[in-house]
Amino acid sequence: MSDSVNWKYLLAVGIGGMFGAIGRYFLSIIIVTNELFPYATLTANLLGCFLLTYVMNHSILKQKISPEFFAGLTIGIIGSFTTFSTFSIETLELIQQSTTLALVYVVGSIFGGLLCCFIGYKFAIRK
Amino acid sequence: MEYILVALGGFLGSVLRFYIASIVDRRLIGTWAANVTGSIFLAFIVYYYYNGSLTDDIWLFLGVGFCGAYTTFSTFGNETLNLIMEKRYGLAIGYVLSSLFMTLGGVFVVMSLL
Repeated sequence: MSDSVNWKYLLAVGIGGMFGAIGRYFLSIIIVTNELFPYATLTANLLGCFLLTYVMNHSILKQKISPEFFAGLTIGIIGSFTTFSTFSIETLELIQQSTTLALVYVVGSIFGGLLCCFIGYKFAIRK
Repeated sequence: MEYILVALGGFLGSVLRFYIASIVDRRLIGTWAANVTGSIFLAFIVYYYYNGSLTDDIWLFLGVGFCGAYTTFSTFGNETLNLIMEKRYGLAIGYVLSSLFMTLGGVFVVMSLL
């Protein structure tokens, strides 16, 4: 990967990252945020898990688009659409309200994320 | 305006994550490092935002945009699934648990100390 650090890749990832972050912010506005549970982050993370594994394992998609665009799509858009830092902060804030909800959030994010990755993989390799 | 700030933060965050992954040049470590450092950094930002030291604009730029994009959940999930499919279960569990322990632990320490 070291040889791929050039301005084209950095620019592609950065521009992708702008769209990913905007998408995540937009989702946090349209999804009714109540004080009880961080649905917006969970939705972004689960959706992003599905999309990333789908794109990464889709053989035709990878051949059709340029490596710079592929990096922009995977590392940039989808990578920045999902987030780990907000997930950690929300978990710690949830613990103060309800340990059960915090546990549901962590377990739901991890196992839900893995399940969405797996579904994305299955979708990508199906003939 | 809000969207521009989030986008600018998102640009810098994703470029930095990509740059770190490139110089580390080993799978898992780059994502792990970005998630841990980004979560701890966000804990500071959240603290100073909640106590009124940071404006909404800074929050959108650094908190939502930069930290949100610098850290990632999808790559974390994708890497874990790859480890599971390679039957490297120990490493998969270690990756998930150490990510959770370091990010949640780091945020907890910052919240307790401030």
